[in-house]
Amino acid sequence: MTSRLSGSDLTLAYDHHRRVVAEHLDVRIPDGSFTVIVGPNACGKSTLLRALSGLLAPRHGTVALDGAAISSYRAKEVARRLGLLAQSATAPEGISVADLVARGRYPHQRLLRQWTPEDEFQVARAMAATGVTELADRAVDELSGGQRQRVWMAMALAQQTDILLLDEPTTYLDIAYQIDLLDLCADLHEQGRTLVAVLHDLNQACRYATHLIAMKTGKIVAEGNPREIITAELVEDVYGLACQVIPDPQTHTPLVVPAARSARGARSAG
Amino acid sequence: MSRRLTFRAPGIALRLDARTLWVSGALLLAALAAVTLTVVAVGIRLPLADIAEILRGGGRRADRFVLLDLRLPRVCLGLLTGAALAVSGAVFQSLSRNPLGSPDIVGFTTGSATGAVLAIVVFGAGPVGSAFAAVVGGIATALIVYGLTARGGGSVRRLVLVGIGIAAMLVAVNSYLISRARLDAAQSAAVWLVGTLNGRTWDYVRLLGIALAILTPPLLLLSRRLQMLAMGEDSARSLGVPVAGSRLSLMVLAVAICAVSTAATGPVAFVALAAPQVTRRLTRSPRVQLLPAAITGALLMVLSDFIAQRILAPAQLPVGVVTGAVGGAYLAWLLSVQWRKGNG
Repeated sequence: MTSRLSGSDLTLAYDHHRRVVAEHLDVRIPDGSFTVIVGPNACGKSTLLRALSGLLAPRHGTVALDGAAISSYRAKEVARRLGLLAQSATAPEGISVADLVARGRYPHQRLLRQWTPEDEFQVARAMAATGVTELADRAVDELSGGQRQRVWMAMALAQQTDILLLDEPTTYLDIAYQIDLLDLCADLHEQGRTLVAVLHDLNQACRYATHLIAMKTGKIVAEGNPREIITAELVEDVYGLACQVIPDPQTHTPLVVPAARSARGARSAG
Repeated sequence: MSRRLTFRAPGIALRLDARTLWVSGALLLAALAAVTLTVVAVGIRLPLADIAEILRGGGRRADRFVLLDLRLPRVCLGLLTGAALAVSGAVFQSLSRNPLGSPDIVGFTTGSATGAVLAIVVFGAGPVGSAFAAVVGGIATALIVYGLTARGGGSVRRLVLVGIGIAAMLVAVNSYLISRARLDAAQSAAVWLVGTLNGRTWDYVRLLGIALAILTPPLLLLSRRLQMLAMGEDSARSLGVPVAGSRLSLMVLAVAICAVSTAATGPVAFVALAAPQVTRRLTRSPRVQLLPAAITGALLMVLSDFIAQRILAPAQLPVGVVTGAVGGAYLAWLLSVQWRKGNG
């Protein structure tokens, strides 16, 4: 397994929390995979993604990108290799879809070369790939949550990176938009990109991931193809939830069905 | 979306917003008109023909004095400080994502005044010493406000609220210092309570011009990063902006620009607050427009000074009184709009 993006012996912590989120964490993102990180709230999955993207400097250990520490690259160089759809992204008030997507070109631009034909082409292509071309002149503020998320995806695509990290891209979206977005991710993956996403929904993760990483209290409990690693025992261990794992009737990937209340007895989930 | 104009040549590929361009052009013409108006008609009328004669080296000696030693330096200083305050305000409003994050609201200009007043009242400083103290005072205030808000994530709201609190305290300090001072010191210190262009000579223009020539170009080079920072730190970073360094450089430059221009005129209220907002409404651009804001600031300053000189002529009001009155009304309106939007 080759891996352009990996972390070794990571200790992750936020300064203003003082709490150590993870220690001695080793992780490799297989090239060309659609890797999904799952785990209960506060298990450190988003923190790990932030560290892999270079946003969070690990307190100890290194994140390696293409054989060198990610911290050794200039910010623009990282941005030409790796894109991130952040959770906290805010669109400047009144900005149009086309202008926001165009900002994805920033790492390829220089002071006097801000809008080359290549920039124009890549922006048009990114908007077409995400189906937002007709929205080009609309203000981002006016769009629905699902449309807006597609626009942010378009921006990340315009960045033209082989590796794309997505921090809970489906949060706050209706179920149809969630599937819509995940289908888009699957398309991007099939075109050869490496995707790493943090997702909340275990069943969606099982359907779309080619490589699943299950985390619990800052540790990786299991990783591999979801068909091979997802079992009732693992889910019980990671989430503290009694369940049954059956084949998904549509895709034959694992489908996690929580045990009925009566079967769980009076015990409450940990 | 408004129309975009693309300029391409070998090695150059730029895209500009059509509306921003023509709005800037119109503002520039308006500023030119305001300058002409001030030079011609602020007191004794100097017809344009006479002005042309004087600029060619002729004219009556008294007229030469009025134009070359009184009106021109004053109007030039107005243009420079107006532009400087506007640029500084635009940077801070963008970084704090709040119009109230302006240096004149969060106490930086008041802090400059405190520095100057302190220098005059306690150390008996002259014009040069007090201007220097004003620069130091402004920067020190910025450090204090930033230091008090940086811990615990440094939220925008806190920066504004802490800044307003510091500004109020500094106003009290300034008044106290002046009330305790000897009469002559109190008189020279009192001009620092309200910004003024009265009696400003070419020396001020020259010094401020040099300071701005050093400070402004790097700020303009960083303006693209400023646009990216408006999308949130994570997005900016993931698009290749070194966030911490860019933010710090932008703040240092904006504080310095505000401090040197306040050192030249005293604390002129509301130009830093209003100019970027007015520009934003005129250009309808989601981008932070540093150069158009600078033109608006220069225009506001020169117009305000014209009014200040004419309203009680021949007595001359400090320009800060006019900007304070007009800007105060603007601030009240802005707050009520924000309040209704529910993010005040």
